[in-house]
Amino acid sequence: MNLTIDVTNKENVAYVVLSGEVDAFTAPKLKDALLPLTKEEGQTVEVDLHNVNYMDSTGLGVFISALKSTKEYNTELKLVQMQERVYRLFKITGLTEIMNIDSTVQGGMQ
Amino acid sequence: MEPFDFVEIKVPAKAEYIGVVRLSISGIANRMGFTYEDIEDLKVAISEAITNAVKHGYNETGEGEITIGFGVYDDRLEVMVADHGGSFNLGDIKQDIGPYKQDDNIEELREGGFGLFLIDALMDKVEINSKYGVIVLMTKYLHEAEVGQNGDQISTSQ
Repeated sequence: MNLTIDVTNKENVAYVVLSGEVDAFTAPKLKDALLPLTKEEGQTVEVDLHNVNYMDSTGLGVFISALKSTKEYNTELKLVQMQERVYRLFKITGLTEIMNIDSTVQGGMQ
Repeated sequence: MEPFDFVEIKVPAKAEYIGVVRLSISGIANRMGFTYEDIEDLKVAISEAITNAVKHGYNETGEGEITIGFGVYDDRLEVMVADHGGSFNLGDIKQDIGPYKQDDNIEELREGGFGLFLIDALMDKVEINSKYGVIVLMTKYLHEAEVGQNGDQISTSQ
C-alpha cells in the first residue's frame, strides 16, 4: 500500500514510472515529485501507470494540478500504459477529454 | 427486520489507514461474492468517503477516529463512514438521511474534488446525514453485473 516513483530524464522527456497505489496517503508524494517536472519549459513529462493497481480522486487531483501547471509553463503531460480500472475513473470524470492519455490501455479499453 | 451481519471498524483519522480499510472491504465483498469490478468500485467509493472524513472532518490534523460500518445483507452491502469516533445506531441514522443530489457541494467538485461524484457514480445508492458530524451511507447490490457499466450511473437522484 505504497507508491514508488522513479524518474529518469532523456533529452527533453522526463519519464516517470509509478508503481503501487495512489490514494490520499501517497498522492502528496506524487504531487511533490510531478509538479516540479512540469515547470521546466519545453519538457514532456511521460507518466507510466502500468504498475498502478489502485487510484482514486486524490490521484486524479494530482494529474489535474500537473496539467494546469503544463499550461502555465508550456510543457506537456502524457499518461501511458494505464490499467483499465484506472482509465475508467478518468473516463467517468470526463478527464479523458482534457488529458493526453495513451490509447493502449492495459487489459483493453471499453 | 431483514437479517444481516454487521461489521464495525474504527481507524484513526489519518490517510495511512485508508489502504487498511480498502483491504477490509475487499475481504468482505469478496466473501459476499461480488465481482472483481464491483470490488474495485467499492474500494474507490470507501476510500473517497474516508478521504473526505480525514480532510474535512478533522482538517488533516490527524486527530480523532473514523467509524466504518458494513451491513452485510443477502443481496447488498451497505457501507457507512462516519467522521466521528462514536458508534452509531443504524436505525437512527437511516431515519435522518436524505438523498445525495448532484448539486450538493458543487464548490468542492469545482476545486477538483471528484470524491462525492465518484461515490455516486460507483455505488447504487448514496445518502448523507450531516446531523451529527457527517455520515455517508452507500449501498451496492449484488448481481449488478448483468446491468453492466451503465447500470452504475443509475444512482440516487431519482
